[in-house]
Amino acid sequence: MSDTKAIPCSEAVRQLWDYLDHAIQPEDQEKVEKHLSFCRRCCGELEFAKEMRAFLATSTAEEIPPYVKERLERFVERL
Amino acid sequence: MHAESVIAMSEAGVRDPTKEAFQELVLAELPALYSLARRLVRDGAEDLVQEALLQAFRGFATLKEDAAAGRWLKTILVNVFRDQLRKRSRTVDERPMGDLDDFSLYRTLVDEDPFPYSDTLHLDFLQGFDSEDLREVLIRLPDIYRIPLVLRYMDGFATKEIARLMDAPLGTILARLHRGRRLLEREMWTYAQEAGLLTKERAEDE
Ligand SMILES: [Zn+2]
Repeated sequence: MSDTKAIPCSEAVRQLWDYLDHAIQPEDQEKVEKHLSFCRRCCGELEFAKEMRAFLATSTAEEIPPYVKERLERFVERL
Repeated sequence: MHAESVIAMSEAGVRDPTKEAFQELVLAELPALYSLARRLVRDGAEDLVQEALLQAFRGFATLKEDAAAGRWLKTILVNVFRDQLRKRSRTVDERPMGDLDDFSLYRTLVDEDPFPYSDTLHLDFLQGFDSEDLREVLIRLPDIYRIPLVLRYMDGFATKEIARLMDAPLGTILARLHRGRRLLEREMWTYAQEAGLLTKERAEDE
């Protein structure tokens, strides 16, 4: 196997979110996966990237205060 | 004229099915719209929602199917917000915020080890943030980074769609997302220290 696909940690980390988004070129994906296959630290970064994404996606919606909801409802009714 | 038919009439004197359909669709979406607005602006979320509702009502005919109402309304809200930003003639603030490129929240947490007895250090850190904490962090980020982050990772918009909404090339949005994630992580770390999220005894009785 050639090592032309080797990339440093900084490069792997830079691509992790795009990698998780499947928004990465196939050859870059290969490079990231190769790097992850031997780099523990970047595997940790990957896990954390997944946790961050889940955290953002599931963070509870900003609660709408009842009086604001009421005002907006009245606003809609008067349109 | 019967009393009950008067109720169903608009000022113009004719029953307005469009208006009723609009109201019915929109009322269910108010909480989600308000939530998005709160993540986009520090103050004035309610005004932003009102302006979006006005424009949505004017453009109600452009809504293709009712099931898409939520996304359609959010898109309008983002458009209104973008126009407001432009009107304030705020030049796009793309100056770098310090040296970011080597900041890693993952590594910072490993190195600083704020919860020495935890096996799930990183998750514990994230779980320390409630939605108000997260909002405070988001609001501190410059608009050009916050908007794509909120739309992409909290509201699930595709990057292409964000590029269209923000009227910017896809590459620009990808770069801002990248930088925005770094900024978000650094700001979360700073905020956690300021707000005492790193100590067990977070003042809950205050
Ligand atoms: Zn690595």
